[in-house]
Amino acid sequence: MHGFKLLAASSLVAVIGLAPSHGLANDELVEMQKNPKNWVMPLGNYAGTRYSELDQINKGNVGDLQVAWTFSTGVLRGHEGGPLVIDGVMYIHAPFPNTVFALDLNEDGRMIWKYEPKQDPNVIPVMCCDTVNRGVAYADGTIFLHQADTTVVALDAKTGEVKWSVKNGDPSKGETGTAAPLVAGDKVLIGNSGGEFGVQGHLTAYNISDGSIAWRAYSIGPDDMTLLDPENTTHLGEPVGADSGTATWEGDQWKLGGGTTWGWTTYDPELNLIYYGSGNPGTWNPVQRPGDNRWSMTIFARDLDTGTAKWVYQMTPHDEWDFDGVNEMMLVDQEIDGEMRKTLVHPDRNGFAYTLDRETGELLVAKKYDPVVNWATEVDMETGRPQVVADYSTGQQGEDVNTQGICPAALGTKDQQPSTYSPKTGLFYIPTNHVCMDYEPFQVSYTAGQPYVGATLSMYPAPDSHGGLGNFIAWDATKGEIVWSKPEPFSVWSGALATAGDVVFYGTLEGYLKAVDPETGDELFKFKTPSGIIGNVNTYEHDGKQYVAILSGIGGWAGIGLAAGLTESTAGLGAVGAYESLANYTNLGGQLTVFALPSS
Amino acid sequence: MRLWTMAVAGLGGAALALSLSALTANAQESDWEEKPYIIEDGKVDYGTYNGYRRYHNTCHVCHGPDALGSSFAPSLKDSLKTMSYTDFLEVVTNGRQAKRSGNQDSVMPSFAENGDVMLYIDHIYAYLKARSDDAVGRGRPERLPPEEDVVFQEWKESQ
Ligand code: HEC
Repeated sequence: MHGFKLLAASSLVAVIGLAPSHGLANDELVEMQKNPKNWVMPLGNYAGTRYSELDQINKGNVGDLQVAWTFSTGVLRGHEGGPLVIDGVMYIHAPFPNTVFALDLNEDGRMIWKYEPKQDPNVIPVMCCDTVNRGVAYADGTIFLHQADTTVVALDAKTGEVKWSVKNGDPSKGETGTAAPLVAGDKVLIGNSGGEFGVQGHLTAYNISDGSIAWRAYSIGPDDMTLLDPENTTHLGEPVGADSGTATWEGDQWKLGGGTTWGWTTYDPELNLIYYGSGNPGTWNPVQRPGDNRWSMTIFARDLDTGTAKWVYQMTPHDEWDFDGVNEMMLVDQEIDGEMRKTLVHPDRNGFAYTLDRETGELLVAKKYDPVVNWATEVDMETGRPQVVADYSTGQQGEDVNTQGICPAALGTKDQQPSTYSPKTGLFYIPTNHVCMDYEPFQVSYTAGQPYVGATLSMYPAPDSHGGLGNFIAWDATKGEIVWSKPEPFSVWSGALATAGDVVFYGTLEGYLKAVDPETGDELFKFKTPSGIIGNVNTYEHDGKQYVAILSGIGGWAGIGLAAGLTESTAGLGAVGAYESLANYTNLGGQLTVFALPSS
Repeated sequence: MRLWTMAVAGLGGAALALSLSALTANAQESDWEEKPYIIEDGKVDYGTYNGYRRYHNTCHVCHGPDALGSSFAPSLKDSLKTMSYTDFLEVVTNGRQAKRSGNQDSVMPSFAENGDVMLYIDHIYAYLKARSDDAVGRGRPERLPPEEDVVFQEWKESQ
């Protein structure tokens, strides 16, 4: 098996050799992601660890950080994602209209170029929860932007000129673009959004040279759509069988089945596999779609060249809570039960953090990473199925019944905000939500381009806890244990960063950039930026100096759900009282803040 | 079931909504517009209750929980203090490009084609009006028992 794969891989190199620029882009990025001076992809590297080897800013001096320079994006909506840095140039993006800026680091962010696409504003109302965008990708002298209206555009990194542009979907049906692209090999991978509109989720690989489609893999549908091989694609070691992507659906419901792919994609160049997850099945009313609804809420491991799935794992069969499976898949080699394993670590919305063997899809660890998680008691390690608690099953309680006290809320124990991993401590640092909900499903009808939800939700702080809406935690993914947990008044909605300087950074919804001790979680530094942070922290080096950069700009689900504050909605649940309104702490406005140590 | 709802929605949102309002309003259009809800001992009629559910199915993703507004769209608890039923219906039916200052790049969609909204628009109005009059608080309102709820009986008959 192994020998065969190596052979296949080397013949691949030969094929790529015919088109030199493709092969170059691949090698170039594999090398570039190892250079800590740059930040070449949204998650920092192909493994998605958001870890940096830079150590000039360290545990001892991080308290002295100062603002070096700032930059306004001129856009008010929620700013997710973060900057890229490539050889003295920073690339940042904004929410709709998805402006992209190339900033000169030699001149405190002078604009080298600015690209502002013309988009039909009618895409805005089908974007569900604000007009966010999670960032751009780089390869081969090109910046790739995935716009709200699903246009994928390749821009010359030097001039901002358009090299090519293609349309990935149809916004009039509710298909939109929010996910950051990932370039792997000669392909740029694009996921879609629109799970609340009954669209069909898919991941598409475009050739970076001209934007032609290499393959498209749907999450749900017959085998020729899902690119699942009935005999060779496995689910926990067993072949999935024919048309597994329609077999657990009734009638044609799978065509409104969702399973969008709006989160993060990572890549293992040695295995040549890409990893990502799918979102909620169509309509939030589980009664309207009996069955396991495969392959919504699923981790996919696909071959980069063909798109064929090597393995899949469905975390939440027959979702009843909106626990999208799209969060980051971090690829780290770890020792489990005395054996080194190539693992994939994924803290899911459903409140369980999964450790799998990323080569085979074997389930190694599945544990709650917030003790309040109650909708399932545990994950059965044989079948991989969560053991659902009837009291919190919105399907078993039924339509028009308000199921109360479910933890976590639909926001998940975490949403897309990416975690970080430090090889120095061997720990994962995870931004989390600490919010529970009541959920009432009811019948809905489908109209193309109109919301297809079918549930009423109310959310509130986790009862009998510290009263805040979030925690920032350190997680041991080999054992499935929380090492420390730092309470936060609001959900932590920012992507984290760990560095070799023994510091972990993250942002808060009030707008603080914080630095903490990786061993203890003790706070070492904080600074309040102009608006709430839902963006991801990065770091880079320029002219011998280390910088830390963050986009502020409140919005997204967080800005919508929390602007007015959450209250204790149901008497008797014991919530520690209402948390104050986020709107009292922060206001709209997209801004980049760059930090450095004082020059002495 | 689906066919039925779609067919009804196909009649045209506004006309449909108006005819429903006539039903619910029980001939006293202006009184109904001022006070479209019934609350007894803190318990609300079926329309207000269903309005809460429908609001939190479709509208809360932009207008925030409990109609309190968000970083994206205004508080309808405030809007309904001055907005007439006709204007409310107009905005929900036709949508609107953002006009309010500081609300760059947000859009109110048109719901004319959406049966899950237009069939229940009077209920949503009743809930929002009750919120803006401070007649119901945050969270899920408690429902009147069906046998004491004239709105529920009327609604059931109309179905
Ligand atoms: C996609 C987001 C979105 C959704 C969903 C949405 N709205 Fe809106 N709505 C807006 C925005 C943005 C505005 C403000 C437009 C402006 O600035 O002029 C608005 C304005 C309004 C207004 C006018 C308020 C005023 O003060 O002028 C009403 C009434 C309204 N919406 C009702 C509803 C109802 C009822 C629903 C659910 C059926 C709903 N909206 C769903 C985004 C939305």
